[in-house]
Amino acid sequence: MSTDLSDLYQEVILDHNRRPRNFGPLPAANRSARGHNPLCGDKVTLFVRVEDDRVEEIAFEGSGCAISMAAASLMTEALKGVPVAEARTLFEGFHRLVTSRPGEPVEVPAELGKLAVFAGVRDYPVRVKCATLPWHTFNAALAGAPERPVSTE
Amino acid sequence: MAAAAAPVERAEAPLPGFDLERVRADFPILARRVHGRPLVYLDNAATTQKPRAVLAAIARVYEESCSNVARGVHTLSGEATALYEGARATVARFLGAADPSEVVFVRGTTEAINLMAGAWGRARVGEGDEVLVTGLEHHSNLVPWQMLCAEKGARLVVAPLDDRGDVIVEELERRLSPRTRIAAVAHVSNALGTVNPVRRIADLAHAVGATVVVDGAQGAPHLPVDVAALGCDAYAFSGHKIYGPSGIGVLWARRELLAAMPPYQGGGGMITSVTFEDTEFGDPPHRFEAGTPAIEAAVGLAAALDYLEGIGRERAAAWEKALLDEAVARLADLPAVTLIGTPRERASVVSFALAGAHPHDVGTVLDRRGIAVRAGHHCAQPVMERFGVPATTRASFAFYNRRDEVDALIDGVRAAAELFA
Repeated sequence: MSTDLSDLYQEVILDHNRRPRNFGPLPAANRSARGHNPLCGDKVTLFVRVEDDRVEEIAFEGSGCAISMAAASLMTEALKGVPVAEARTLFEGFHRLVTSRPGEPVEVPAELGKLAVFAGVRDYPVRVKCATLPWHTFNAALAGAPERPVSTE
Repeated sequence: MAAAAAPVERAEAPLPGFDLERVRADFPILARRVHGRPLVYLDNAATTQKPRAVLAAIARVYEESCSNVARGVHTLSGEATALYEGARATVARFLGAADPSEVVFVRGTTEAINLMAGAWGRARVGEGDEVLVTGLEHHSNLVPWQMLCAEKGARLVVAPLDDRGDVIVEELERRLSPRTRIAAVAHVSNALGTVNPVRRIADLAHAVGATVVVDGAQGAPHLPVDVAALGCDAYAFSGHKIYGPSGIGVLWARRELLAAMPPYQGGGGMITSVTFEDTEFGDPPHRFEAGTPAIEAAVGLAAALDYLEGIGRERAAAWEKALLDEAVARLADLPAVTLIGTPRERASVVSFALAGAHPHDVGTVLDRRGIAVRAGHHCAQPVMERFGVPATTRASFAFYNRRDEVDALIDGVRAAAELFA
């Protein structure tokens, strides 16, 4: 593998792409939303059970590129058991991380934890939407599922 | 997945008279590097690169003869008009058209098909009528007909593909009826590379009285085009896919068709007289060219066609086909690769799936090696659905590609296979 790809395809990302966590339906979900990236066809459906302003359970289904699948998988791990307010902070931190300017030093907030593996995405501007799709879909699920899927476009 | 049979044959050297390195030197962009590697441009079905002759022709219009066309008595306007109408004559020759007046300049293939649907289709298709397309159409030769059918209460009929990605002609024939007003088919599939048997389809469609519209966006750049031999009534192609500029394209249609068609858009340049009560429309082709056209782009397109003539279309096509055949065979030999579409006759394009790797990721791996391919649904979602994939990775060749670029593609796909295994 060409070394300059390892910043994007970190082992954790490849692993979550091969074996996505929290993948499948969630019958007890009380929030859900669908996300779609029409450019590449990435599709994600997110199921969330929120109780007392806390993400009690979260799962996803869908298909897409390694970045979007790993982003969804790692997101579900990061959000499980987290108060909704904290989840929103995580979303903002993640969004800043992957949309900061390529090449510039970026401070990775400690609370992002494992999500820091996505820092390399900012150097691949055409791939940023792959990483943010599950997060936008999560936001939509919290807001109440809209009729139309969330689109990156 | 294909089992390795005979060892893959390497593309022979280009035919005598086709100097590949000299041809490449005509395309300034081919000298650039991407991510520190030499650019390997294999996205020619999306757009082709432009030779210096085209860039110079465009610059010359602006530097020497910039003026509006058919609107002034001054010298520059006369020159610009001569260049623009000269470009029309060049296109007519290129297509084997009976007369330059059969050539309408539009923005591209999409606009050409919308013009046919909007002008000819609106006038000819009524409630209960049918428009036939094939299962391999690009959205641009599908959506305009869908819109027309919805507006008119007509039915869109689809001729299906077999597992190779060829149109099943017998099934197409079965779907033709006296209600078929228009048959709209691609010359070459942009997603699979399939070459459609246009002549056969045209004969069948004509037998039921249908008008035959051909989407030549991928055909004109890679195959000889003679509209008389193809037997179609209309043929559309885009400048930017045939080494010319974007923003210009061609609708060729038989003179009788154009003469019978109402205008598509209203405005300047398409009239003979206007009062507040009434307007008398001009004759084709100007009737369909309302507003100031893309003059320099039309001239640039003609320069591209002249360039193709100059390097020898047959020799160029033979080299391109040799590279394509080698790439197809070597990709098929990779255990992780499944070819999407194995048509009997193919031009420029090879689409494939890689086990465990999404096309988007394959595209990124290749890009880091300087290789430009397309990853996606290729604006042909029904084709993707037919083959049960959300998207494919697509390499598409042009005559300026080199043998070592096939090597680079194969190495890159191997690397992607390893990374995502």
